[in-house]
Amino acid sequence: MYFTRTGAIVLRQFYLMRGSLSRVLPLFVWAGIDIVLWGFITKYLNTVASSGFNFVPSLLGAVLLWDFLIRVMQGVTMTFFEDVWSRNFLNIFATPLSISEYLSGLVLSSIASSSVGLVVMVVLATALFGLSFFVYGVMLVPFFLVLFMCGIALGILGSSVVLRLGPPAEWFVWPIPAIISPFVGVFYPLSTLPRWMRFISLALPPSYVFEGMRAIVSGGTSSARGVFLGACLALLYILFACWFFARVYRHAVQTGLIARYSAETLS
Amino acid sequence: MSEVLAVTQLRKTYGEVVAVDRISFEVRRKEIVGLLGPNGAGKTTTINMILGVLTPDSGRISIEGIDIATHRSQALHRTNFAAVYAPLPGNLTVQQNLRVFGLLYGVGNLVERIEELLRQFDLEKFRDVKCGVLSSGEQTRVSLAKAMLNSPQLLLLDEPTASLDPAIARDIRSKIKEFAARGTGGVLWTSHNMYEVEEVCDRVLFLSRGKILLEGDPKTLPREHGKATLEELFISVAREPLTLEVE
Repeated sequence: MYFTRTGAIVLRQFYLMRGSLSRVLPLFVWAGIDIVLWGFITKYLNTVASSGFNFVPSLLGAVLLWDFLIRVMQGVTMTFFEDVWSRNFLNIFATPLSISEYLSGLVLSSIASSSVGLVVMVVLATALFGLSFFVYGVMLVPFFLVLFMCGIALGILGSSVVLRLGPPAEWFVWPIPAIISPFVGVFYPLSTLPRWMRFISLALPPSYVFEGMRAIVSGGTSSARGVFLGACLALLYILFACWFFARVYRHAVQTGLIARYSAETLS
Repeated sequence: MSEVLAVTQLRKTYGEVVAVDRISFEVRRKEIVGLLGPNGAGKTTTINMILGVLTPDSGRISIEGIDIATHRSQALHRTNFAAVYAPLPGNLTVQQNLRVFGLLYGVGNLVERIEELLRQFDLEKFRDVKCGVLSSGEQTRVSLAKAMLNSPQLLLLDEPTASLDPAIARDIRSKIKEFAARGTGGVLWTSHNMYEVEEVCDRVLFLSRGKILLEGDPKTLPREHGKATLEELFISVAREPLTLEVE
């Protein structure tokens, strides 16, 4: 693997970001709005709840973690979409760039772009609503790691779908986090869910993070085994997503779709 | 080895349609080979297979002896292309595009190389201009500059002068002839401009319905087949390929 070729993908994204306010603002604006909105909701809940339960670390913390996953996923897909929108596949895949180098470029771009969103969210959540990450202790690192890995897997999977089905299929990608969120229990314990939904939850890495986070907030300890299982699942999904992307790419090269991508051939 | 490109028994079908039918040819060093034929003859399909963006059903493509099917990156490292249907991203400036593609092709001394190409293709005043706002002729020059970035051993040009005015087209032709003459690479060129082909190409291949029907020197080939000009020969190939096949 050549890092200069991976670096080229990141550099391209940097150039696009640097010159475009409409690309920079979405990195943090929606995440920021979410934090502000949920920050006030948690404040309100704190005043009306008779139990004295502090909703900030459980609800606002969950929003922050979930938004982080979304930013990571979108970091990957947005970098990929730049090639879709500029009809650049022929130029880019006729270079010595390999699929692993290309995907690494998408991931590195996502790390950079999602970091911006994360910093803004953390600053807003701590400064305006007093969210303290010390509550989560050392488990915070594996929590973020699992969500990051899951976001990468979803991003690559979403990109594969668009590569296979053509540019309009990007509308299949945007709702992915919304479809997953009820199953992973971002805002409620998994025990709230009906039995069939809980089975699906078990296969989704973020479920382990949010269950662990709630356990810590309510004074217990997070299951390290559960988070480890989540990390293993996320790693498995990344491997699957990379395999799937490579398979879709091979199909696109076989059918000529790469060379005539805008034609949306489905043969 | 004198060949930069060797294509052997290349075949590609789309369902029932045979786009390229077991063609074999080579491009030698310092040679400009014209790949001619009517629309749908299989020229772009052939170029796409050489670029590794389309997998052949059968056959072999080797660039400088490197098989593209098994050593794709190494083979493409020695190749570059410009095509009228593949403009560079319009949301990046000329310089940014050249830098990104320079990194993708692993070009050494990239800053100097970009400056050299900006001068060579008269693009210095557009270096900070986004490619999308350039005229089609200027965009073609940027694509050609990108195609020359890695001083390729094999340069593939799919109708490179299609959108250029005659003066710029002549200038581009002379630059490509220069490239072939002084370098160690060869050029595979497709064009519908027979005057241009006659001026530039050392050898032409006439492709029709996926098969190579004729091959030879563009200056002597028309007479060999009883035609006055290359354009007449082209029209015969396009309209009556079977007659020429029998000849």
